[in-house]
Amino acid sequence: MNVIIDNFDLFFQGFLKTLGIGLICMVGSLILGTIIAAFRVSPVAPLRAVGTLYVNLIRNCPLTVVLFLIAFGLPTIGINQSYYFFGCSALIIYTASFVCEALRSGINAIPAGQAEAARAIGLGFTQNLRHVILPQAFRTAIPPTGSVIIAMFKNSAVLGVFGVSGDLLGNAIILTGSRGFDPVPVYLGIGFFFLMITIPAGLVLGYLERKAVILR
Amino acid sequence: MKTSTFRSAPARRSAKVAAVLAVGVLALTACGGGSDSDSGGDDPAVNTEATFEAGTTMAKIQEAGVLKLGTKFDQPGFGEKGLSGDPKGFDVEIAKIIASGMGIGADKIEYTESPSAVRETLIIDGDVDLVAATYTINDERKERISFAGPYYVAGQQIMTRSDDTAITGPDSFKSDASLKVCSVAGSTPADNIGSYLANKNQLVTFDVYSKCADALKNNQVDAVTTDNVILLGLVGKSNGAFKVVGDTFTEEPYGIGITKGDVEFCNYIVDTLKKASEDGSYEKAWTSTAGAVEGAVVPELPTADACA
Repeated sequence: MNVIIDNFDLFFQGFLKTLGIGLICMVGSLILGTIIAAFRVSPVAPLRAVGTLYVNLIRNCPLTVVLFLIAFGLPTIGINQSYYFFGCSALIIYTASFVCEALRSGINAIPAGQAEAARAIGLGFTQNLRHVILPQAFRTAIPPTGSVIIAMFKNSAVLGVFGVSGDLLGNAIILTGSRGFDPVPVYLGIGFFFLMITIPAGLVLGYLERKAVILR
Repeated sequence: MKTSTFRSAPARRSAKVAAVLAVGVLALTACGGGSDSDSGGDDPAVNTEATFEAGTTMAKIQEAGVLKLGTKFDQPGFGEKGLSGDPKGFDVEIAKIIASGMGIGADKIEYTESPSAVRETLIIDGDVDLVAATYTINDERKERISFAGPYYVAGQQIMTRSDDTAITGPDSFKSDASLKVCSVAGSTPADNIGSYLANKNQLVTFDVYSKCADALKNNQVDAVTTDNVILLGLVGKSNGAFKVVGDTFTEEPYGIGITKGDVEFCNYIVDTLKKASEDGSYEKAWTSTAGAVEGAVVPELPTADACA
């Protein structure tokens, strides 16, 4: 167990990096996911088609495939960015498809009468979504979206072997690889620091859920 | 009528299962035959006369009749496994020399993939008898396992694109912080290059060197660093797109990983390698594998460390 105490700085730096990646990707995937969800429920058929295609393509691909295509595909057509940028983009694009479906489940849970009433008082599609549908949809969608976001924090570990160095898993590989430490305590430590991210995330989620219930 | 359909369904299914099994068995035997034929011929002569003191690791391996070898499956020139057959490379050849001295033929070696992160664990858990996997001898590793050797001393070097003139050696990274260098996560070279960098973000890590080579080709990184022989392998595959620059700036003695404190086994390996160096089979192992690329120099067998 000394390996965790002796290398606390390495673990803590990894923790901050993983947390940073997670927060950026959380914001990004919530925004992109909401846009795609709006596409999927849009009255405009081509937009619906784009949304459906996006979800069915991205959600059904393994994350490493999406990562690979972005990190190694884009440079071959001349787009060069940092692997941090590529990695976060891939994670956002991937997670957004799940966020979209979680939100859509929230939207579908809202009685059709709500949208009809909004239309009846003259709200357009965007206003309808913005003021009537989405505020209620987010409420119902909190638990599934939360699960998606927590899964995303864990998925971010894959970036460690895709050119992003210094995250939790990347540092674990350094400790067990070149430094030759026993993997079991190292990965117990990595598990602990991941829980330090995901358990508070779960608590925040529970808080949001309770708050939303009161609002209703 | 109904009952007969019900009865015949399982019968038909079992016939299908039997057919699938038969095809599977055929495929397996075909594979076995193939790997036998392509590994024969050049392997070291097996010493069937060897006798060892009872209770030693050598005696146990001899009695078992198989050598459980841990090696890399993705390291060109040292241990690389293609789509079929056994892994090939300098590490594998060295292990064959060690095995032949115990009366174990090349066809009696059981290969286990040993990525860098799990090599010590494989030895400690007894999943392998020895590990020959571009395994750098260092003190941290010696706390958990023992090394026999070194059998080869590699050195870290820098590889760039052929048209690159900005990088002349590891010191170039300190003077220009925009330069990026790629290596494999958790490897000794990735650790070593750290002290030559102006900031940590210059280091890009992947799980395998082939991705580093791809990143170099795509201008995502400006250099790849690892042991010289691995770089030579990548240069050889690049059709002139890459070159190696500067001198080696570290010494990476490769050793055979064995159970901690197994002095007898260690001495046996050291003696066997010394004999192999004298009778030319060490050189043959090199020239037929890692030494086959252009620019590789035939190494002298380094003086072995004392067994402990």
